[in-house]
Amino acid sequence: MSDLPLIQADRAVPPPAATTSTGGRRRRLRLLSRTDRVVVTLMVLVPLLIVTGFVWLPAAATVLLSGTNWDGIGPLNEIEFVGARNYSDVVNIYPPFVPAIQHNLLWLAVLFVVATPFGMFLAVLLDKELRGSRFYQTALYLPVVLSLALIGFVWQLLYSRDQGLINAVFGSNIDWYGDSNVNIWAVMVASGWRHVGYIMLLYLAGLKGVDPSLREAAAVDGASESRTFFRVVFPVLRPINIIVLVVTVIESLRAFDLVWVVNKGRNGLELISALVTQNVVGEASRIGFGSALATIMLVVSLVFITIYLATVMREDRQ
Amino acid sequence: MSRPRSQAEYLARLVPPSVAGINRRSLLAGAAGTGALLGTGLLAGCGDDSGSGGSSKDVSLGSNQSDPKPKDVLVKVTDGFKTSSGVQVAVNTVDHNTFQENINNYLQGKPDDVFTWFAGYRMRFFAQKGLASDISDVWSKLSGYSDAFKKASTGDDGKQYFVPASYYPWAVFYRKSVWKQYGYQVPTTLDQFTALGAQMKRDGLTPIAFADKDGWPAMGTFDILNLRINGYQFHIDLMAGKEAWTSDKVKKVFDTWAGLLPLHQPDSLGRTWQEAAQSLQQKKSGMYLLGLFVGQQFTTEEQDDLDFFTFPEIDPSIGAKALDAPIDGYMMARKPKNEDNARKLLEYFGGKDAADITVKNDPATLVANTGADVSGYTALQKKAAELVGSATEIAQFLDRDTRPDFASTVIIPAIQQFIKDPKDIGGLTSSIENQKKSIFTD
Repeated sequence: MSDLPLIQADRAVPPPAATTSTGGRRRRLRLLSRTDRVVVTLMVLVPLLIVTGFVWLPAAATVLLSGTNWDGIGPLNEIEFVGARNYSDVVNIYPPFVPAIQHNLLWLAVLFVVATPFGMFLAVLLDKELRGSRFYQTALYLPVVLSLALIGFVWQLLYSRDQGLINAVFGSNIDWYGDSNVNIWAVMVASGWRHVGYIMLLYLAGLKGVDPSLREAAAVDGASESRTFFRVVFPVLRPINIIVLVVTVIESLRAFDLVWVVNKGRNGLELISALVTQNVVGEASRIGFGSALATIMLVVSLVFITIYLATVMREDRQ
Repeated sequence: MSRPRSQAEYLARLVPPSVAGINRRSLLAGAAGTGALLGTGLLAGCGDDSGSGGSSKDVSLGSNQSDPKPKDVLVKVTDGFKTSSGVQVAVNTVDHNTFQENINNYLQGKPDDVFTWFAGYRMRFFAQKGLASDISDVWSKLSGYSDAFKKASTGDDGKQYFVPASYYPWAVFYRKSVWKQYGYQVPTTLDQFTALGAQMKRDGLTPIAFADKDGWPAMGTFDILNLRINGYQFHIDLMAGKEAWTSDKVKKVFDTWAGLLPLHQPDSLGRTWQEAAQSLQQKKSGMYLLGLFVGQQFTTEEQDDLDFFTFPEIDPSIGAKALDAPIDGYMMARKPKNEDNARKLLEYFGGKDAADITVKNDPATLVANTGADVSGYTALQKKAAELVGSATEIAQFLDRDTRPDFASTVIIPAIQQFIKDPKDIGGLTSSIENQKKSIFTD
């Protein structure tokens, strides 16, 4: 949550000159008053407890439950351990699993290749101080603000086979939500619609922070607009680029709401997150099996999180 | 927000919530396990409040009737109970879906003395697990129920655990005006049914309206075909996991369905039942196999034009007397606080007075007690009541007749797969059977 700004602010303090780093740190600690120390301790302890209690314990419990066949009925001490059976069932006899993995990857690819660059492109355009720039910003950012129920409804109006706007206008007969070859793309458009606005705003904020003198210097040197962007602005925006990248990865991994609204993640719209929900939440209560799916998802997420953290830490060290 | 002093500081402020939201992701995964525990707290808490009195003058009722109309009717019925017995009913209403999704935790926590539920596999499952109480003695005082209703209220041990209140049948609906215009006759065998469908096609109609975007409506088609081809007992055993999905009997059901699919409205996986019902209402489709609630998509004037027939016979030795008619009603929790009052309340719910109050206040309901005064029924309701009254066996619809996890995570994707690709029945049934074996373990 607020750990990144803290690190950055820390960095902004000039390191004490001509002392070893350990010695410097010790002296700085001694400079803190008692109130400061209490505040610092609280600031570390409270988030630590929250993170442990609400993130790590449930995550560990999920991993533990994934080795059981608990169905939510009966006391906890009657839970039976079944080893890796849930995992072998997921891989071997659960037909939606493989499509779900494929769809998650496809989702990542489309957001990364199409939606994110398009959002960045829009940001660059809007950075040009066009007339009505605010209006465009609002219009493009609106999908991010709309509630999920509303978005599901809006797209249902467009995509419905018998009563939808698209088929009515073009006289076509495409089953946008029902045909499993088409519906993933239809939902992807809806999802991209939302993602573009998000990335645009994020990137626009970064662009506004670029020192104008850099651009002026490039212009004086005779660089064209696109050359200025790719050779000067883009490299300067490296931290923002990383954030955009991470946001894209996260958005594609946690993609859930739209497919859930459309058809509860079935028939061509399988996603890991939807499968977890189908199995665990609600009356189904296949808690062991669903936890196995959730654990798989956690492992996939960890891969990306590790890459991200490794990059950030390497940067910090430099 | 003060102005940032350096670019690094500025950029650091831009960390969007969803980056920090990495935590949210694993939280979601973790919530999997703990969500159940939280749910317990919520519902158990409600149960606690209303049942805490414990005096002999009250009884608590957990209700899923969260829609305004049924909720209001339930209040009138409990008022009637108070007048006749002097016992106050504390009604604890929970949103319909929430109630259903949290039922496991609710029953294992501190449930109300009496609670609303459905007949079917889950009812028998709760009875077997000791989460509901035997109410055979209440049944000995009830009258006005057909054997089929008693059977639907009976647990695996032969005792009754459920008091039926209302129901609705599944049947093939059509518009009288359309059928009159083309001179169609109600089919009584599968051959006649198929021939009728072919004729409708020639007349430019979609023979059978069909929708399965939400996954459950097509279960009705599977149910009725299995009931007609293999009979009630096989259907119930199949649903209970006792029969193999790979058997020739099940394959025959899918084969028959595959033969009928060309008569069904195409692209059903993107359509809601409301849209399919509207194609019937707009006279674009000839018939639609659905529950009585199909009438919701018709205007008041059109209600009289709506008629139905039960799905025709396929095997003469099995006949056409069984059908899907989901029954809603009441059960008693394990160890109720006011057991005597709870039994009295259940007896009242099952009696004629409660049924009369229900019909008077909500004319759309079909009440289970045949002793009730049903002079207010429409022609369609009367016919529906006769159909169910003459049924030899009543199935409760697939998702109520089997484990909910099996219905939602195995059968729904399987049926949708079948609709997409009706040819690979062997692969489909063996996939279902493999998953069934891993779910029905005890």
